[in-house]
Amino acid sequence: MIEVDRVGRSFTVGRGRSRRTVHAVQDLSFTIDAGEFVGYLGPNGAGKSTTIKMLTGILAPTSGRIEVAGLDPTRRRTALARRIGVVFGQRTTLWWDLPLKDSFDLIRHLYKVDRDDFRRRLAELTDLLDLGGFMNTPVRQLSLGQRMRGDVTAALLHDPAVLVLDEPTIGLDVVSKAAMRAFLGRLNAERGTTVLLTTHDLGDIEKLCRRVMLIHHGRLGFDGTLDDLRATAPGEDSIEDVVTHLYTASPADR
Amino acid sequence: MVRTYLLLAWTWLRASAQYPIPMITMALGSFVLNGLDVAAIWVIFEHTDALGGFGLAEVMFLYGAAGVSFALADMLFGNVDRLSQHIRAGTFDAVLIRPASAFVQMTTDRFGVHRFGRMAQAAVVLGIALPQLDLEWGRAWMIPVMIVCGLVIFTSIFTLGGALQFLLTDAPEVANAFTYGGSTLTQYPLTVYGGDLVKAVTFIVPLAFVNWQPGLYVLDRDDPFGLPHWLRFAAPAAALILALAAALAWRAGIRRYRSTGS
Ligand SMILES: Nc1ncnc2c1ncn2[C@@H]1O[C@H](COP(=O)(O)OP(=O)(O)O)[C@@H](O)[C@H]1O
Ligand SMILES: [Mg+2]
Repeated sequence: MIEVDRVGRSFTVGRGRSRRTVHAVQDLSFTIDAGEFVGYLGPNGAGKSTTIKMLTGILAPTSGRIEVAGLDPTRRRTALARRIGVVFGQRTTLWWDLPLKDSFDLIRHLYKVDRDDFRRRLAELTDLLDLGGFMNTPVRQLSLGQRMRGDVTAALLHDPAVLVLDEPTIGLDVVSKAAMRAFLGRLNAERGTTVLLTTHDLGDIEKLCRRVMLIHHGRLGFDGTLDDLRATAPGEDSIEDVVTHLYTASPADR
Repeated sequence: MVRTYLLLAWTWLRASAQYPIPMITMALGSFVLNGLDVAAIWVIFEHTDALGGFGLAEVMFLYGAAGVSFALADMLFGNVDRLSQHIRAGTFDAVLIRPASAFVQMTTDRFGVHRFGRMAQAAVVLGIALPQLDLEWGRAWMIPVMIVCGLVIFTSIFTLGGALQFLLTDAPEVANAFTYGGSTLTQYPLTVYGGDLVKAVTFIVPLAFVNWQPGLYVLDRDDPFGLPHWLRFAAPAAALILALAAALAWRAGIRRYRSTGS
């Protein structure tokens, strides 16, 4: 479903003398099969968002090859958009000044979703994510938790085979977080939607992800199951300690 | 593309209807503000019979035709000049994850009634000027052609300015020099400018094809600069070449888009 083959992305930053190249992602390779639920971990600035942006066609990679749902994201960006759902926790993808309901109607037209399918799916999502109370509120007036639920709904109305989420639980309170996790778990288990999510919340990983990938300084430092992850640091008991161990150890391994 | 444009524009228009007063005020404001241009031309003709060799009705015709082209381009596509705002705010990422042209999404953003003011003003001027000209009807077909070509030329300049914003964040000012500057330049017969500038806007930035060259045909006038006669039919070709260049630049710009670091 997702194939990443020796992908790199660098940015030139600064001007004149202080000009330099930042390698946000280097030599990254992995494959995600249909139906997997993968957690993508890494400290701040590790390259998680850059990866997600390349997978969704927002950023072109500087080197390597990517295929998502059978398409090259950079060349076939709009075709790919119909097959995947994207959620950014930090920023909404909804139309800031439009009521939530208008955003959804627009999405129905832009993604050419059949009217009956749309009604059914929206009703289902409204119910599962409890959107009823703020359908007519402009997005800018929504609380973070409400907005997140709106964003997730918007990403799923066209029933994509893959859902990619960049920090979907950031800033959510415990109740919203639990609801979001339960929802994503069901989506993956019942509909078979492939999910890739980045997070700093290890609870998300423990509750949801059968597979974990860890990126550090733009390189893949670990790729395996949660148990494999624990086994990398036998001395540590909590998952936090294991991950801290990996974050601090992996640069030395290179 | 057209369907998506109409859909998005209509959605924004409906949303803007919730705040009718500021929208209408802005439309009226731009109507009046642009009306001042016409007043300025009027004042000039208080003291003289001709501006650059052209009478009042002819000048108003050139003004109105370019005005309608520019106002249409500005109303429909002028919003690309806000691209760098979206890039800096990080909202352009969201544009790229939708299965719709980024150009259409950008240009329709916040479409509202306020965009109609300038259009109305230019149309009124053209509507008043046309009957006062002693037009040969065999030449009138050029009027819609020149308005469409002008629309394409101004839209292309807006788009080139937009594409530049993928590279430079302070590009809006540079782009505005060409778009709004171009609009001001085409308000008067080119004879009020020097020959070098006229060559530049004929062969480099083809603003002369917005209203000047085809206008000479409509008014049945000789080219005061003695440029070849066929140039007055070259507006469609000039518009097409510029549009192609703009489309390529836009695509290249999107490929070079680097988003923002988090
Ligand atoms: N648009 C950009 N311009 C310059 N540098 C960037 C840009 N986007 C990301 N970076 C840099 O690339 C690295 C990885 O960033 P990012 O992928 O956002 O990390 P993460 O999401 O894991 O926190 C960081 O050093 C960041 O500063
Ligand atoms: Mg990030």
